[in-house]
Amino acid sequence: MNRKRPSAGNTLRAPIRRWSWLFLGPVLAAFVIGFVWPFFQGIYLSFCKFRLIKDAHFTGLDNYKSALADPSFQHAFWYTALFAVVSLVLINVLAFTVAYLLTQGIRGSNLYRTVFFMPNLIGGIVLGYIWSMIFDGILSRFGTSILLESKYGFWGLIILMCWQQIGYMMIIYIAGLQAVPEDMLEAAKIDGASKWQTLWRVIIPNVMPSITICTFLSLTNGFKLFDQNLALTGGQPFLIQSGGSVVKTTEMLALNIYNTFYGSSTAAQGTAQAKAVLFFILVAGLGLIQLAFTRKREVQQ
Amino acid sequence: MNNGTTLAAERRRKTVMSVVLGVICVIYVLPVLTVVINSFKVNTFVKTDTFALPSGESWAGFSNFVKGMTFGNYPFVSSVLYSLLITVVSTALILLFTSMAAWYIARVNSKFCKLVYYLCVFSMVVPFQMVMFTLSKTADKLHLNTPWTIPVVYLGFGAGLAIFMFVGFVKSIPLEIEEAAAIDGCGPLRTYFSVVFPMLRPTMISVGILEIMWVWNDYLLPVLVLDINKYRTIPIHIQYLKGSYGTVDLGATMALILLSILPVIVFYLLCQKHIIKGVAAGAVKG
Repeated sequence: MNRKRPSAGNTLRAPIRRWSWLFLGPVLAAFVIGFVWPFFQGIYLSFCKFRLIKDAHFTGLDNYKSALADPSFQHAFWYTALFAVVSLVLINVLAFTVAYLLTQGIRGSNLYRTVFFMPNLIGGIVLGYIWSMIFDGILSRFGTSILLESKYGFWGLIILMCWQQIGYMMIIYIAGLQAVPEDMLEAAKIDGASKWQTLWRVIIPNVMPSITICTFLSLTNGFKLFDQNLALTGGQPFLIQSGGSVVKTTEMLALNIYNTFYGSSTAAQGTAQAKAVLFFILVAGLGLIQLAFTRKREVQQ
Repeated sequence: MNNGTTLAAERRRKTVMSVVLGVICVIYVLPVLTVVINSFKVNTFVKTDTFALPSGESWAGFSNFVKGMTFGNYPFVSSVLYSLLITVVSTALILLFTSMAAWYIARVNSKFCKLVYYLCVFSMVVPFQMVMFTLSKTADKLHLNTPWTIPVVYLGFGAGLAIFMFVGFVKSIPLEIEEAAAIDGCGPLRTYFSVVFPMLRPTMISVGILEIMWVWNDYLLPVLVLDINKYRTIPIHIQYLKGSYGTVDLGATMALILLSILPVIVFYLLCQKHIIKGVAAGAVKG
């Protein structure tokens, strides 16, 4: 892109450069404070044992070993992966269905769209408390609570996330559906294709880019989930293992890292930072795969 | 197949779809309605009769709201004011400075600019847990731990997405306009503020909405950076209502939740077009 069109001629570029301290300075300073420095310090600390940052000393891969050997971390990983996949499938199927129905020219579509999107604006903590009241309102009739059984916590969080995210994905799907070329749909109709055939053979191949975006978005959202997890169950119920260690059965990765950092023992902060680095690699890896997917598709088109 | 029956079938199909959507719509609104009815209910009835309308002895009137004001040993009004302060100042800082930096990056396009740009894109895939510990220590050390200074932290951690979106937009603006301004004797400052800045409006709105929604609802960053005995935002306040014993006055909690989501819903209904557009534009991040 740069080669086709020089970014700015010299008439423009040289004078701008004299003002770099004003244009670039503030963001650069804040970016170093808020991201660059904490990021690299975090990587460094993941190889150290420390109570206070200033007396950190290098211990090699010890933190990573204890992070990977931690049963609560392993549990959180599998729990999070299962959660991410289940929520990914449910959210996308439902969001696509709703988006498909809303693009059929039904009266009141705008109102429905407005309502379905609304939960996105409510913060995770507040959502968690709203739903914990609702689930406990139902479960208390059966003499139980969402905090007592991990399967309630799991499905409760799935329902909460569906309620919040369907509207968001729906917006992306609607944009994709509206971009399906009208003449293709017309041609399918003339050739006598049924609604079902049109959906599978014409519409879905055309909205594949939206499907890719939404798939990865819901996957990474599932992996990064924190606020809703903390507010809905906070990891309860807890399970005490034979070795004396506690596994919080509904605790996801992000919450596990948080609890390792700010839990009872400050000695585990190195382990927590190692977990955070592993978590970063996982999430960034998903992001890179997504990028590769979308790039490939753009080239094809 | 004659035309009459297909039309009738089509109409029937649409009616069925309308009904299905209507039902989903009602289900969607129910959680919010549950909050509304329970905010007027006496605490003990919230758990036992969650879905019943308050009446007779379960009717609490506005007592939950009155109680909520000082509930949790922290004034609710303060948390609202701190949330407002942090959201407004952070969003303003982000919009002003990242758009300036994005213009510089897109126009100068030196090696250093590209490095900054790619670092910004990279920061978008880094989860907050990766930096939360070191970031909160750094913020403490630099005294960025008050509601007046925390916007600097938001500017730093939120710069990635904003720069990414602004650079994308600036690249689509034809250079000729700025060149004409330069030839007419405008310095970079005037070129930026009187020529470029007004053109950035659509992206400003999208980025602004994304940042407002992020900062307003954010829990983890402020809880780690701020001294929560002194400063609480709304999400922090709601999370800390529970206290250390796990028992909480649910009626008062619901009253506060209602008060905190009402302005958001009104804001949404007033400018939903921009909000939906802005959120969709930020879909790259998630």
